Amino acid sequence: MSADQTIIAVESPAQRRRRPRLPFAGIIGGSIVAFWVVMTIIGPYVAPHDVGALVDDDVFGHMRWAVPLGSDFLGRDVMSRILVGARYTVGVAAAATVLAVLIGGTLGMLAAVSRGAVDMALSRFFDALISIPSKMAALVIIAALGSSIPVLVGTAAMIYTPGAFRIWRALAINVNTLDFVEVARARGEGTGYLIRQEILPNIAGPVLTDFGLRFVFAVLILSSLSFLGLGVQPPDADWGSLARENITGLADGALAVVMPAAAIASLTIGVNLLIDNLPGRWSSSGEH
Amino acid sequence: MTVVTASSEGPPRASERGTGTADMKTALVGLLASRIAIAFLTLGFVSVAVFVGTEILPGDVAAAVLGQNATPEAVAGLRHALHLDQPAYMRYFLWLVGLLSGDPGRSLVNNLPVAGLIASRLPNSLMLAGVTAAVSVPIALTLGIASAIWRGSLLDRVANLLTMSVVAVPEFLVATLCVIIFAVHLRWFPALSYADRIVSFAQFFRLFALPVFTLSCVMIAQMMRLTRAAVVDTLRSPYIEMAVLKGARPMRIVLTHALPNTIGPIANAVALSLSYLLGGTIIVEIIFNYPGLARLLVDAVSTRDMPLVQACVMMFCSAYLFLVMLADIAGILSNPRLRYR
Amino acid sequence: MAPLVKVENLHVTARDDCGRNLAIVKDVSFTVEPGEVVALIGESGSGKTTIALSLMGYTRAGSRIVGGNITFDGREVLAMSQRELASLRGRDIAYVPQSAAASFNPARPLLKQVIESSQIHRVMPLAAAEAKAVALFRELVLPNPEKVGERYPHQVSGGQLQRLLAAMALVTEPKLVIFDEPTTALDVTTQIEVLRVFKKAIKERGTTAVYVSHDLAVVAQMADRIIVLREGSIREVDATGLILSSPKNDYTKSLLAAAEPQVRAAAPATTQQTAPPVLEVRSVIAGYGTADRDGIPAVPVLRDFSLAIKPGSTLGVIGESGCGKSTLARVIAGLLPAARGEVKLHGMPLPRSAAERTREQLRRIQIVFQMADTALNPARPIGRILGRPLEFYHGFFGDKRRRRVAELLDMVRLPATMAERYPSEISGGQKQRVNLARALAAEPSLILCDEVTSALDTVVGAAILDLLAELQRELGVAYLFISHDLSTVKAVCDEVMILYAGQMMEHGSRGALHQRPLHPYSDLLISSVPELRQGWLDGISDKCLKEAAVGAARSGRGEACSFFERCPVRIPGRCDVEPTPLRHLSKGADIRCQRTEEELVELTAQ
Repeated sequence: MSADQTIIAVESPAQRRRRPRLPFAGIIGGSIVAFWVVMTIIGPYVAPHDVGALVDDDVFGHMRWAVPLGSDFLGRDVMSRILVGARYTVGVAAAATVLAVLIGGTLGMLAAVSRGAVDMALSRFFDALISIPSKMAALVIIAALGSSIPVLVGTAAMIYTPGAFRIWRALAINVNTLDFVEVARARGEGTGYLIRQEILPNIAGPVLTDFGLRFVFAVLILSSLSFLGLGVQPPDADWGSLARENITGLADGALAVVMPAAAIASLTIGVNLLIDNLPGRWSSSGEH
Repeated sequence: MTVVTASSEGPPRASERGTGTADMKTALVGLLASRIAIAFLTLGFVSVAVFVGTEILPGDVAAAVLGQNATPEAVAGLRHALHLDQPAYMRYFLWLVGLLSGDPGRSLVNNLPVAGLIASRLPNSLMLAGVTAAVSVPIALTLGIASAIWRGSLLDRVANLLTMSVVAVPEFLVATLCVIIFAVHLRWFPALSYADRIVSFAQFFRLFALPVFTLSCVMIAQMMRLTRAAVVDTLRSPYIEMAVLKGARPMRIVLTHALPNTIGPIANAVALSLSYLLGGTIIVEIIFNYPGLARLLVDAVSTRDMPLVQACVMMFCSAYLFLVMLADIAGILSNPRLRYR
Repeated sequence: MAPLVKVENLHVTARDDCGRNLAIVKDVSFTVEPGEVVALIGESGSGKTTIALSLMGYTRAGSRIVGGNITFDGREVLAMSQRELASLRGRDIAYVPQSAAASFNPARPLLKQVIESSQIHRVMPLAAAEAKAVALFRELVLPNPEKVGERYPHQVSGGQLQRLLAAMALVTEPKLVIFDEPTTALDVTTQIEVLRVFKKAIKERGTTAVYVSHDLAVVAQMADRIIVLREGSIREVDATGLILSSPKNDYTKSLLAAAEPQVRAAAPATTQQTAPPVLEVRSVIAGYGTADRDGIPAVPVLRDFSLAIKPGSTLGVIGESGCGKSTLARVIAGLLPAARGEVKLHGMPLPRSAAERTREQLRRIQIVFQMADTALNPARPIGRILGRPLEFYHGFFGDKRRRRVAELLDMVRLPATMAERYPSEISGGQKQRVNLARALAAEPSLILCDEVTSALDTVVGAAILDLLAELQRELGVAYLFISHDLSTVKAVCDEVMILYAGQMMEHGSRGALHQRPLHPYSDLLISSVPELRQGWLDGISDKCLKEAAVGAARSGRGEACSFFERCPVRIPGRCDVEPTPLRHLSKGADIRCQRTEEELVELTAQ
């Protein structure tokens, strides 16, 4: 049998790449995330009332047409305050996550490709850093520097950098041992090429998932800080601050406490739904 | 094959060589000792980080504490009392010695000894953490293992949905929902707790119920997810398929084949969740107005009471590292590859 | 007598990544008579393991039995409840899987696992089961049968684990034993001993067995009847002798042809004699782990290793897993810098690390890896994978690059349209061709082929070997051909080097491998390769094999012989102490041995 015949005759038919489909749960998650991302940008312009305006005679008022999500402890519109607060909750968390992933991810891939002493030094450093519980680290920094938006971004970024470093390094090491990277190395390619062309495209899926999870963590810790009065400071208010300022309504079961928390829940659950249902090559399990 | 054996005596066999029992023991002890040493080294690093973190505050602490009307003499006196006139490494050293000898200094806010402040709150925190751990660990492990055994079943899917929701939402949402449902609507429990005035078990139960319930929800969700993942991961191993093909029933497969191989990951899951319990009580203590250590810390952070912040953070970090070390050791001891070389 | 197993019109489907159901077993019917050994033979994707597992009413995750009947011992297997199936598995039908190391629970002692099925099914009391297991260990020639059960899986070698699996299957005296590629993961010199004890155990008991394998030569030793499978359906069923001597189906014929590859044309003799070597490796020491004071790594893999390759010729390096053959390729490519010694290209010394070599030096040596799946970047289309070396070494861009990619694809007999495909869309053999094309893109003078056909089915692998030979004739490129498979090496190589535990044992022309005397290890290796005829296994004497199977390779820093413990003609006190001399044999080969040629001739004569 000649070589040509063999290929055609013996090997199983090759499979064509198909366009991946997003499952229903993923569509829901994606829509929620998209909604909040849009609100981060246009929130103040679509809010029905001014954030400071006293629109309800009643405090902790119930749902009605003028105040769709009720009113807060001063009689302000809860929905408007949530729409505007999206800017702080989503914005600060996203900025911190991007920063953490940029720093941690770059160093993680560098460590994986460099191996040896560079890897050792970076790994030890981040291992030590990760041994401080995240809430404790946040409290120490805020105790020292006080709370402001840049401090919050920096704090959350610092907390999640070691984790990003670990994940990216582990993923990159997995790819780095594969033969095609060895082939590129034997060809004489430099570190930059190896990272950009050989490794990065093959860890994009899991890394995107990790970004989503890290964003969720950042949202949760920043809201918790605000809830404790250590996060975004008045007159600005993120969703955590909104829950805090209305806490006196808790004993009456006020909507003004529940709604900001529900907004956070919708965002974090939306991100979770989206990344759990990402199709094919973007899912955390990779190609398979 | 035509080669004839020349020597009559057989060679030493591969399986009979290898290290003796004594060597194995020393190797294991060495491994454990190195883990303990690493834990202490890390604690040292954490202490430096906490000290540096709390000392980078710009400005003069003494002046800030005494306010604008203070005389220069008073400021100088306080600076001396706080060792602020000494170099940083000396201050770190003095602080560390104080911490180790049980005297982490005095509060900048009310000048009370930090040790006393912590001592008054620590039992409350330990009580809350202990009761929550006692409730949540058995439930979480049972549910985690059960949903791994019957994965894909209704129990598993409902549990997955519930735990994902709890893990993904802020703790204060869980807490506020608990208050609204159990205290506001059902009026089963008071919304606030004060641990000082416990006289009967019924009262104890009523006071602890909501904080413990809230904390347990979060703990159980975390621990159960990690446990389930660890067991499911093990259930994919070829030796599990082999056990199925030997005719083992699901219960036997999980109990005798999967669980011994998941002790390490499960111990890790428990340690992580318990360490969350130490720091994660913050929200619960605030919402339920519970006089614990975490609330003390939050108050100290708001007032920038550095000696108190340092001491509280060090307590939480030591507890965390201790738990992680225990889990690590449990993982080593449960791994036959490390036990028998 | 009624058949023990009767399979009728079996259909199995599996769900693929996109959730579609594909038929992986199509309308398969066969019977197994009591006391018979039936082989299911086929390449990957033939459905042989799926069929074997379905006899126990078991399917792997994602696949499902959708039609047919399986009758075992008069009972309908597919109609059984989970509880009834559990009482069948391990009691009446036992399974011996391929990967022994993964099939034992790492956390439990071996004896507990071996006797587990007897305890699940309450066949015998604990003490009786343990005694039975020890008796089986003795029968299966496991060293130290009383004690081996107390050990944990990681403390026992692969060949021994495989025998322990057989003991585990036999402990309940099942009516049917399914062997699923039981020796595929083993080295050839280990495999032969395991095959012998399996065969003896089956014969003495009159066990009914289903033997699943891809290896015709192995099956020829074990089976009474062979079922040839391809893509989920039966191609041919016949007695073993008839399949081997007069196959009727074309596919069976191609399997037989590929099992004994014919010799590809050797390099022209004229250039070989005169030209200086394209590559020379001299006294290389290389390994892993931290280096000691002398710069010798903690785990030396290659010890004082030398070789030379003539332009346009092929040097085969053969050895078992862990002998250092892949390390050799990595040292030459500069991926693992050697601790000592030098690598010369066209007579010029090369820097040890790839990072220090010039682009021109790098271009001349290319490497092709074993796992075609992992050697291509899954995120890049084939055209870009092939285009990169063109751009990198030759500065080809745009149209020029595109044309050259098409030429390269044509060289490895792939259509030019392949350039737009991604690696996940093409088959294993096509991937290996792309790998080869990528190496050719550099226009190298030497290609390091590291087990290039090992991961492929035999027929596909044979086509790759043909292509390699053809390219050598056309382009005059030299190969360093690394393999664990003697027949492949013999088929493509002009010269062969036999490696054991990092030391060269024998080096000579391909023809010299057929002439005695041989180095004792070469002898063991050559005589361990199963031959494609019935009765070969029964014909070999067992005297030397026992020794060979139990001993372990020694590796260390000394220059003493690493084969010492397994060597049947060793001289204690000399071989394990003194440095081993290199001897030139009159047949034209070099060996590393304390024994002189005369001694070897004398010792190997009957």
